[in-house]
Amino acid sequence: MTVISDIIIVFLLLAGAFLSLVAAFGVIRLPDVYTRNHAASKSATLGVMFILLGTFIFFLAKDGFFSSRLLLGIAFFFITAPVAGHLISRAAYNSGVKMWDKSVRDDLKNKK
Amino acid sequence: MKTNDVIFQTVAKVVFFMIIFFAVRIFFAGHYYPGGGFVGGLLTSGAIVLLLLAFDMKTVKKGLPIDFKCLIGLGLLFGAGTAAGSLLFNVPFFTHAYDYFQLPLFGKTSLHTAMLFDLGVYFVVIGVTMTIIQTIGESE
Repeated sequence: MTVISDIIIVFLLLAGAFLSLVAAFGVIRLPDVYTRNHAASKSATLGVMFILLGTFIFFLAKDGFFSSRLLLGIAFFFITAPVAGHLISRAAYNSGVKMWDKSVRDDLKNKK
Repeated sequence: MKTNDVIFQTVAKVVFFMIIFFAVRIFFAGHYYPGGGFVGGLLTSGAIVLLLLAFDMKTVKKGLPIDFKCLIGLGLLFGAGTAAGSLLFNVPFFTHAYDYFQLPLFGKTSLHTAMLFDLGVYFVVIGVTMTIIQTIGESE
């Protein structure tokens, strides 16, 4: 039982850390604000949720402590992080931030 | 471009209740766990600020008709009243009392008069932060 839970915990924590690293690389490497926002909001959300879930299972398996705050944190982050990304992207578009020069499609261009 | 805040407003409505319940939980857990009146009050005013961001000031005032300056006075009254109440029992100022009660839903619960003092802190923190934010927001 403990071996199984240890494997699950280690997998969740490492996967979460890896996804957060991917998000950081995405923010550095990608060309414009929209693609960077895409990388940061998706990948970091899943990474943080994995890490919180790993912590939750750790305390549940080790101490038998059911931390409802961690579950609430997972739900809260899952709800709010994509909306934050959406609002940042929209604010950038409305204030006229240019897209990458190789972008081919802008559906909002004629909606003004 | 026509502004369209429907995503933000819907999420703010849901998240508002999550923050409020968490604030109440932190407020009540303050005696045994980290938390208490100050953090609970800040979280509550943070939830109200989220509503202020998603909607405008008039809507929030209509849905939450509280004069936050009166809330400061009420909180100070709670704090001073809890401290002065000990004088009625011939004990020094600020002496607190507690006992265990059998409540119908919670079972054996310890009730402490320090919680009333914490309620005063909670009200004052909400009142001060909301007064600051509303006065800054209203000035042109």
